[in-house]
Amino acid sequence: MDLSNTHMLDDAVVTTTIDTVVSWGREASLWPFVFGTACCAIEFMSTAASRYDISRFGAEVLRFSPRHADLLVVAGTVSYKQAPILKQIYDQMPEPKWVIAVGACACTGGFYDNYTTLQGIDEIIPVDVYVAGCPPRPEAILDAVLDIKRQLKREPKFEVRNTDFKGKLDDV
Amino acid sequence: MMSKTITLESATLFSTIKHAKEALGFTFLLDITAVDNLNKATPSSGRFELIYILRHNTFKEIQLYKVALGDEDLSIESISSLFGSADWAEREVYDQYGIHFQNHPMLKRILNHNEFVGHPLRKDYEITKGQYCTTSQDLMDEMKPLLDARKLDMNKDELMIVNLGPSHPASHGTIRTLAALDGETIVAAAAEIGYLHRGFEKSCENHNYNQIIPYTDRLNYCSALMNNIAFAKTVEEMLDVTLPDRGIFIRIILSELSRVIDHLVCLAAGLLDMGGQTNYWYLFNPRNDAYDFLSKLTGARLTNSYMRIGGMTHDLYKGWESDLNDVLKKIDFGITESLKMITHNRIYNDRIQNVSPVSASQAIDYGFTGPNLRASGVTYDLRFTDPYYYYDSFDFNMVIGSVGDTYDRMMVRFDEMHESMKIIKQAMKRIPSGEINVPNKDITMPSKESVYGGIEGMMNQFKLVIDGVKVPEGEYYGAFEAANGELGFYIVSDGSGTPYKVKVRPPSFYHMAAYPKIIENYQLADAIMTLGSLNIIAGEMDR
Repeated sequence: MDLSNTHMLDDAVVTTTIDTVVSWGREASLWPFVFGTACCAIEFMSTAASRYDISRFGAEVLRFSPRHADLLVVAGTVSYKQAPILKQIYDQMPEPKWVIAVGACACTGGFYDNYTTLQGIDEIIPVDVYVAGCPPRPEAILDAVLDIKRQLKREPKFEVRNTDFKGKLDDV
Repeated sequence: MMSKTITLESATLFSTIKHAKEALGFTFLLDITAVDNLNKATPSSGRFELIYILRHNTFKEIQLYKVALGDEDLSIESISSLFGSADWAEREVYDQYGIHFQNHPMLKRILNHNEFVGHPLRKDYEITKGQYCTTSQDLMDEMKPLLDARKLDMNKDELMIVNLGPSHPASHGTIRTLAALDGETIVAAAAEIGYLHRGFEKSCENHNYNQIIPYTDRLNYCSALMNNIAFAKTVEEMLDVTLPDRGIFIRIILSELSRVIDHLVCLAAGLLDMGGQTNYWYLFNPRNDAYDFLSKLTGARLTNSYMRIGGMTHDLYKGWESDLNDVLKKIDFGITESLKMITHNRIYNDRIQNVSPVSASQAIDYGFTGPNLRASGVTYDLRFTDPYYYYDSFDFNMVIGSVGDTYDRMMVRFDEMHESMKIIKQAMKRIPSGEINVPNKDITMPSKESVYGGIEGMMNQFKLVIDGVKVPEGEYYGAFEAANGELGFYIVSDGSGTPYKVKVRPPSFYHMAAYPKIIENYQLADAIMTLGSLNIIAGEMDR
């Protein structure tokens, strides 16, 4: 917490800005929802397991209901068939929410440039951090979580994000 | 080497297959697929041909039946009344090629979404032509006949419909199951797949043989190297070449290590579903050590792309023996610790024994292979029945279950890991020195020195990269005992460096087809365990 511009009133009261408090809380308790579909989901399992241990960064409370989560981790290929499901899950998440696209497929479709694969999830939902790799190493996924933490500190705290985003499935 | 096929008339197909099953002993339907002859240089009798691949009940012999369809009538009699596994196989052919199967119980799309127009594996369907899907289907068209057949009514019997997946923590990927519940008991279930359909087969038709290797990695991503090896081995058999012994031994060691990794993931996730989180740490951590070994060897943890047609990219590194021994020790420790916690654990045993048993005959009818089939007591393992790569010279056992329930399916995997490690240890002792690649410049890439040092090497590399390895014209079905069962590749070559058609025979596809049937009359919580024990890998199932 950045307390450099606060005044100490005795030892009992700390004054700071509300933004600082909110982002301090948010950055240390991201609750991910893992939309794991393919190979990248297996690497996410490694990220959550004890060797890489995502809980060191406060993001170990994996939620399996989108309504409990504020970080959507899309790990794996998303097909056109899967796309409406991804959209539905994203819509069910309460604001504020962040999205990580893990791996080449989620970012761009990867080397599946074909009739069945969505060419990047940003056609459907807004993405905050893209992680390269096929699949990315667990360290890269951890780095993306750290990126989100840095990003949310800079952002306005009480605004709905990405209001101007228009996805391919938004009007249907 | 090419497979021998018997060509049939479409009118006699049903009776011939029936005869083959009942009189000739071909009781195991491996796969059904089709070939679109539109782009073939030599014109054939009709545009579409159907291929039926059957295996004999001794598990040695394979028979391919081929049927040419008339251009005006794209339909044929369904054989789903003869083989349980034909149900989904025919649906896939219908989805991908638009061929109708008469008297099929539920002929609808399976891999592509319900709003999809056209049939993507037809040669005139453009590979990049994607179609957005706006809504998911409710699956009640499949559920309604199931309930009617059981004389059940949603309202009168107070049933509840529960939708599991395709994004569900226990659905192991992208599998969707719709279950009708009476209390906690499943009275009817339907499954939907295709959420991870990534167009593997269409991509294969647009890449040369070595470019397909990375795609095979992503079929069963828990044991990527095995898919590499299975594909390379099939193409090498078409080319009639065999690897030098050192190459073969490297492949044996890496396949068995992959089998162990695959089983570790399956069991770790299965036990985690059950609440046994400590097991997950014990089984998952040694897997990470195995990945450290693989990344040191191949440069990648999960999707290694280490194999090439005719060999592999490079030899083992110096000091690999001690690294691998270390990994084996850690795996052994993890398995021992995990077994300590579950072997005499009443919760574990009571929870999964006698849950969703599959009898031997049912398992064969469903098209089960691998550990799931062996759990039902069928002695079928390609490493024993049709040994390749010197497997007959190793000392190891086939692990067989007796009941075929969830418990057996899990315990067979535990024991198979020990057997695989036995093979690895023997192979490490016996591995010879020498070449690893086929000494044929039409197949193997030249060394970097000769590419940069001379025009001949450079031209050689250029030809192999641009044209690919030229495979003689013909068709071939090659099978491999992968971690989940018989992984087959049916390849049609037109003599060029790009395959005309590749069809995977994915073990998980057939396991999944049986899943809604075997979870019936068991509780919903049991179904989660059954799914874990079947080890469905969506990448391989949906391709």
